[in-house]
Amino acid sequence: MARVHLWSSLRRFAEGQEVVEVEGATVGQIFDALARTYPGLAPAIAAGLSVAVDGEVIANSRSAPVRPDSEVYLLQRLKGG
Amino acid sequence: MKKVHVTTTVNGDPVEFLADPRETLLDCLRNHLDLTGTKEGCGTGDCGACSVTLDGTLVCSCLVLGVEAEGKKVETIEGMASEGELHPLQRQFIEHAALQCGFCTPGILVAAKSLLEQNPDPSESEIRFWLAGNLCRCTGYDKIVRAVQDAAAEMRGAA
Amino acid sequence: MAKDEITKGYKLVGTRPNRPDGLDKVTGRARYGADFSLPGMLWAAVVRSPHAHAKIKRIDATKALALDGVKAVVTRADLPTGLEGEDLNLQENTLAGEKALYDGHAVAAVAATSALLAQDAARLIEVEYEVIPHVTDVDAAMQPGAPVIREGAADYSVPEGMHPNVVRHMEFGHGDVVAGFAAADIVREETYKTEATHQGYIEPHACVGQMGEDGRGEMWVCTQGHWYIRRMCAAVLGIEAANLRVTPSEIGGGFGGKTTIFMEPLALALSKKAGGRPVKLVMSRAEVLRATGPTASASMDVKIGMKKDGTVTAGQVMFRMQGGAFVGMSPIGEALPCAFACYDIPALKHEAVEVLTNRPKAAAYRAPGSPMAAFAVESLMDEMCRELGLDPIDVRLKNAAKEGSKSSYGPVYNRIGLVETLEAAKAHPNYAIPLGPNQGRGVASGFWFNHGGETSVSLAIGEDGTVQVSIGTPDIGGSRASIALMTAETLGIPYENVRVNVVETGALGVNEPTHGSRATFASGKAAVEAARQAIKEMCRRAAAEWEIEPEAVEWKDGAAQPAGPNAGKFPPMTIAEIGAKMGGTGGPISGHHETNAGGVGASFGTHVVDVEVDPETGRTTVLRYLVVQDAGTAIHPAYVEGQYQGGAAQGIGWALNEEYVYGADGRLQNTVFLDYRIPVASDLPMIDTVIVEVPNPGHPYGVRGVGETGITPPLPALAGAVAAAAGVRLRSLPMSPPKVLAAIKAARQA
Repeated sequence: MARVHLWSSLRRFAEGQEVVEVEGATVGQIFDALARTYPGLAPAIAAGLSVAVDGEVIANSRSAPVRPDSEVYLLQRLKGG
Repeated sequence: MKKVHVTTTVNGDPVEFLADPRETLLDCLRNHLDLTGTKEGCGTGDCGACSVTLDGTLVCSCLVLGVEAEGKKVETIEGMASEGELHPLQRQFIEHAALQCGFCTPGILVAAKSLLEQNPDPSESEIRFWLAGNLCRCTGYDKIVRAVQDAAAEMRGAA
Repeated sequence: MAKDEITKGYKLVGTRPNRPDGLDKVTGRARYGADFSLPGMLWAAVVRSPHAHAKIKRIDATKALALDGVKAVVTRADLPTGLEGEDLNLQENTLAGEKALYDGHAVAAVAATSALLAQDAARLIEVEYEVIPHVTDVDAAMQPGAPVIREGAADYSVPEGMHPNVVRHMEFGHGDVVAGFAAADIVREETYKTEATHQGYIEPHACVGQMGEDGRGEMWVCTQGHWYIRRMCAAVLGIEAANLRVTPSEIGGGFGGKTTIFMEPLALALSKKAGGRPVKLVMSRAEVLRATGPTASASMDVKIGMKKDGTVTAGQVMFRMQGGAFVGMSPIGEALPCAFACYDIPALKHEAVEVLTNRPKAAAYRAPGSPMAAFAVESLMDEMCRELGLDPIDVRLKNAAKEGSKSSYGPVYNRIGLVETLEAAKAHPNYAIPLGPNQGRGVASGFWFNHGGETSVSLAIGEDGTVQVSIGTPDIGGSRASIALMTAETLGIPYENVRVNVVETGALGVNEPTHGSRATFASGKAAVEAARQAIKEMCRRAAAEWEIEPEAVEWKDGAAQPAGPNAGKFPPMTIAEIGAKMGGTGGPISGHHETNAGGVGASFGTHVVDVEVDPETGRTTVLRYLVVQDAGTAIHPAYVEGQYQGGAAQGIGWALNEEYVYGADGRLQNTVFLDYRIPVASDLPMIDTVIVEVPNPGHPYGVRGVGETGITPPLPALAGAVAAAAGVRLRSLPMSPPKVLAAIKAARQA
């Protein structure tokens, strides 16, 4: 299962956990699993999130692959100039 | 407001147009004569994107009324290349990558040509102060100044 | 064309050919937003609120509509209702509803047969306002009693008990900061402020819109992203995206400010009301400054712990940012991860809030959030280096993030080039030049994520073997040249035989804008993939002709060739020969690539600046400036240098001069370039550049993207240089002459 790191202000929606483990082969599946397991996270996910998967920042792709041992960090949706 | 009939010369060609007395020369060039190479960046004479020469004097065409062109000679960016051959400034700007978005480029070329007509061998500082009325937000001016220096050298026959 | 870098073995990548649009741009032929006109076209003007915060009681357009030649007026009542989220924000910014939220907020628009008539008509539209209390400063907006701009606007992230103007909150970190600060030899804590600045593109927003009664329309517009224009206009007007065809003009600068809409739906709405006549809408400079773009203003607390040898033990930031009267516009989500991104620090805590104010809806501006964050963190790093008598580059090298470091925002870095930029800066002659009296040197580093994103590219082989590439990312700084170079390199044909066109929304799948430093990275990567697809097909055509297996054909030097001695003996079949015959060998040959581009490589840079401060006037003169940045691979080095120099110049303006000045009445006081003074040619020296190349493994030619990082280091680098030159540390930007002079006088009296 991928290890998903939540930024501090999201942790109150996930029983205070900093890292949660969810199933998913893509970023989109990870998001869906997070929203299912921790409904409090759904508004944050719906508002749009970026992620870093194994060091690579992915701004807006649900289809980006996630490996079973991937390290995923949630980030606020990134914008560029 | 009743329009005024204006007869003038633009890039050597005789032209006529009807101008609202409130319209600027810039508006007339762009909207009545379809000479859209001259740009509006501010409308207050601060950015130089609308630079043209009027009887040989470098002006911001947004600060000149269209009716003031009556009987005068106007030169714009469209007249800078002669018979298919680019002016050395135009060529050097392309070769130096002295433009990014290119919006300020017509005004800067017109202003730089005016500089080199008065001072064929300007120092870097003279170029920078002459062009201080032409804003560029993309380049940081480095490549623009170098392009003007090289064009000046080429025109002096030193290149 | 001299090859800058021959060791990579590229023929074209790394050369400096003339850009394909150069001729049009030096002759005045290139068509920008306001240069487009259509038969029967009307002109529009916009009525804007003169108040920072006011209830709109009544709008009466009777007198305007009575003028001969006035064809249509639109107000918010003409737009559909029921929008939510950012769509509602966009609609509300296009036209105010019950309240005007900032000075310059659009209230109504009118179309007439000439520009002057439209302006006359706009003045005849009567708007009755009830002025209500306003707030424009980020710190003031959080004070008890500050006027609430929107009740209940806070999103899920805001903890209970915060001021109603606080609408977003973010917090993250790692390690134990308490232990980290305890382990430090010195701990310093300071507050820094930056004012809002504008992207300052020289071309004001401009468009021509046409829409019939059936809701089908077209638009010609200067934009960084025409699919965004399409989606946003469709949302604001309640029409279907496919019914709006958007063609981008040449663009006169954007820097993030042209990634969204400000007035484009008005042209379409007016056109529809005026019986489908096309409507041209061009902003004045004052409209651009009052009602588009600016970036956020920021108030930032930073705390850093450092050992005597320069090792950073812990860091902590609290950022307060306002992005105007609309939720979600401040770059807190970018500023926080950028704050300590250059460093490998064991304990970090980041917190930020977004605060609403009566200011315009902020837009992205080159590396959104990163310059402010760098000003705060890099300034304090510099102050501590000076306190400890340490070389600022050595301290940065000691703490620098590198491959394998845990980044400040969590993930572990892949291959990055910060250390290489620091080493190149230290080795550069500028770093050793002796300084005179009243002169000082500043150093700072900066970071930007870079971005891939939604990208669609199409490529077609011509009958003569020349190649046409259709891209959807508007070319602002020479990306057509760099994409042509990569395409030609891949195909093995001359640069001149590739023409890259930026095409309209009907011609490709959805493309994100040219933003996030992505055009050369993402459209370039997609163009290379499209070329590879065409190569595969050309090899197949040659194989069929030679009656051998396609796998036995390889592509080399612009021609299909037998892959080895076993494939048979055939002379190379050139792209021109294949193109000439393709009608009879299976039809047109093209390549496509659609992707949400991954493989993004992070960007780092280090700047060194020398200044002289006049102690009598407080004026800062930039003596010399050095930009060192990792490009990954510089496809067209001249335009990479241009990005470095342009970013530095914008950062210098932000540091020394530029700011939004609001009066007590909440009105913007500097609405022309004379008063909002961006750097002019005589303000700047030549800007030296060093292109570091640590190739990005996620791109076929190693591109990272170079557009944004360069604006980040100038703010703290200039602050450090001014501190060294004048003996006063300014923690509030801009460091304009009056502020520097006041600081010098205060220091003398102390």
